[in-house]
Amino acid sequence: MKLKKNFDGLDFLQNNLVPLMFIIICAVCIPLSGFSASYLINEIVTRMGRNIFLILSLLIPIMAGMGLNFGMTLGAMAGQVALIFVTDWQIWGIPGVVLAMILSVPVSVLLGLLCGKLMNMAKGREMILGYMMNYFVTGLYQLVVLYFMASIIPIRHASIRLPRGFGIRTTVNLANMRQCLDNEFAILYKGVKIPVLNFIIIGVMCLIIIWFRRTKLGQDMRAVGQDMEVAQAAGINVDRTRIISIIISTVFAGFGQIIYLQNIGNFPTYTAHSQIGMFCIAALLVGGASVEKASIGNVFLGVILFHTMFIVAPRAGVAITGDAMIGEYFRVFVSYGVITLALVMYEIKKRRARSQGGELLAQAQRARREGGAQS
Amino acid sequence: MHEYASAIALRYWLKKMGYPRLIIAGFLLFLFIMAPVTGSDLATQVTNVINRFSWNAVLVLAMVPMIHSGCGLNFGIPLGVLAGLLGGTLAIELGFTGPMSFVMAIVVSTPFAVLFGGGYGMLLNKIKGGEMMVATYVGLSSVSLMCIMWLLIPYRNPSIVMAYTGVGLRNMFALDSFYAGALSEFLKIDLNPLGINLVIPTGSILFFALLGLAVWAFLHTKTGTAMTAVGSNPTFARASGINVDRIRTLSVILSTWLGAVGVLTYQQGFGFVQLYTAPLNMTMPAVAAVLIGGASVNKASISNVIIGTLLFQGLVTMTPTVITALIHTDVSEVIRIIVSNGMVVYALTRKTEEAA
Repeated sequence: MKLKKNFDGLDFLQNNLVPLMFIIICAVCIPLSGFSASYLINEIVTRMGRNIFLILSLLIPIMAGMGLNFGMTLGAMAGQVALIFVTDWQIWGIPGVVLAMILSVPVSVLLGLLCGKLMNMAKGREMILGYMMNYFVTGLYQLVVLYFMASIIPIRHASIRLPRGFGIRTTVNLANMRQCLDNEFAILYKGVKIPVLNFIIIGVMCLIIIWFRRTKLGQDMRAVGQDMEVAQAAGINVDRTRIISIIISTVFAGFGQIIYLQNIGNFPTYTAHSQIGMFCIAALLVGGASVEKASIGNVFLGVILFHTMFIVAPRAGVAITGDAMIGEYFRVFVSYGVITLALVMYEIKKRRARSQGGELLAQAQRARREGGAQS
Repeated sequence: MHEYASAIALRYWLKKMGYPRLIIAGFLLFLFIMAPVTGSDLATQVTNVINRFSWNAVLVLAMVPMIHSGCGLNFGIPLGVLAGLLGGTLAIELGFTGPMSFVMAIVVSTPFAVLFGGGYGMLLNKIKGGEMMVATYVGLSSVSLMCIMWLLIPYRNPSIVMAYTGVGLRNMFALDSFYAGALSEFLKIDLNPLGINLVIPTGSILFFALLGLAVWAFLHTKTGTAMTAVGSNPTFARASGINVDRIRTLSVILSTWLGAVGVLTYQQGFGFVQLYTAPLNMTMPAVAAVLIGGASVNKASISNVIIGTLLFQGLVTMTPTVITALIHTDVSEVIRIIVSNGMVVYALTRKTEEAA
């Protein structure tokens, strides 16, 4: 009985290693950084408001068994393209945000379709393919934004054009859109600004995900995620289901990027999307998700822990070593390290399951053969 | 009848070459033809291509052992690069100068490469089938860990530490008094006195030829054949008594060491050492080059390395001058990104290597 209990404890530790590690890191770094509680909470609430939507976009491909969608960056790029147009047309405030979201949909759908089709050609290698797609589509994005915009695609305002006449400037200013969602119905409580509208949008999104899981399509996705061959045999169009899951993820990532950028207030045109995928995936994994399983709870816990670490690490680094750069590098190292750890654990688990499955099959065959010999 | 046969031969040849490689080769040929038209000197262009080839070829060669043993594309090459950087900086720190520092850099980097490669290989053995994604993140996290280490390791040599504080290495430093040109100056053929702007870094090319020959010879030894067997059919290899894990680890160590030597070769040609996040920029050119050369996720040869490096580096060096002269806009960087990453995406979607 005691042995059983010990075993459970170990199991719990193994399954929640990353969140526990992060709680310890945060517990050590928060006092060292010397930030006041209200500042820290304010920062975390703001970051929750702007990041959670992006991270939620990762959940659906995980459900469909396609792993962490490194290709969410494609959606982020679609969002940025939409924002450039909206900035050029000078439609500001919430109407601008809504219009940008609408505009981003066709681009996201197109990119998601491409990504999903390619992933179907590389089953079992979806993650690395999505990761490479980032870079490939970044090239296309640069081609369009740096060369086609204002030369082929009309851009009216000189203020966002490069001085040479075509291409977009390296920073797009969203000053007139800045925090328009955050400030709507915002509540100020003891120095902590709560962006209520953001949280309402996030809440609606969570409800949509919960509802989606119960629909026919959601059930199909879970079946595909469990076993593609069984799903195929049950009459589910596996390839189509997988493509749809990636398209949904890409579209939501586009919305997420628009919410994220309206909070920041400007964005570096050519690099704003490059780190988004990495940070969102790291945050999700920090919340205790794995490559094949993630819940909304993981998203919330992950954002809180990851961003606490992100805020306090540079200051704590200064306090420990006297060099700000070390804290800076440390937080990047931790983000990459967490993803590495999660990927390794996932692959080991997958391999173990596969060899166990093989053994079971061998046993069953042996049993049948022996049974056959007896009769 | 004869025409029919040749049509079949042509189709077979086309299929063997692969369309992406043909398109890139055709584009490169177009660039070479256009070069004189746009007024740029052909000899200078050829010199540039050969030069860039000599810098990068060894790094591309580092892909071969791991592809052979079935570990896939080595996205973890930054690990080898880090071993090389440690070797290079430590050799300078120990006070070696001139070409001797190059030899010492290789010597010092070897134990690091064996250590890193050994650990990395053992990790990859635990996750067979998912190597590429893990390799990518092993590369990323080890580079960011070393970013911290470059600041913490107590280097003293004033020509490589930060000028202002004296603590931590610089982002980039010149190798003029160390191993810059250690290979490329050896037996250099310079036709400038004859009025032709052609310089061939014979030493670097010989060095690559030597390493390429060594890898080729190794792949034909007993261990090398075992490596190929492990790569093409691990179950069969195990059945014939090969220790699969050991062979795979060996191939990873070899790849990592070649990565270390590769980056040192790159630096001696380039003349500078780049630290911190720079090793990450080494991965894509090397992976893309070997794929453009005709390798796939589980098959690669030395000729793939040579052809691929020539094509890729040709593309990288020719497009800025020729295309810029043609359309008065510098799209070379964008073309490089699209071609190199598009090539990797294309290779990943090929059905032939489903066996893994």
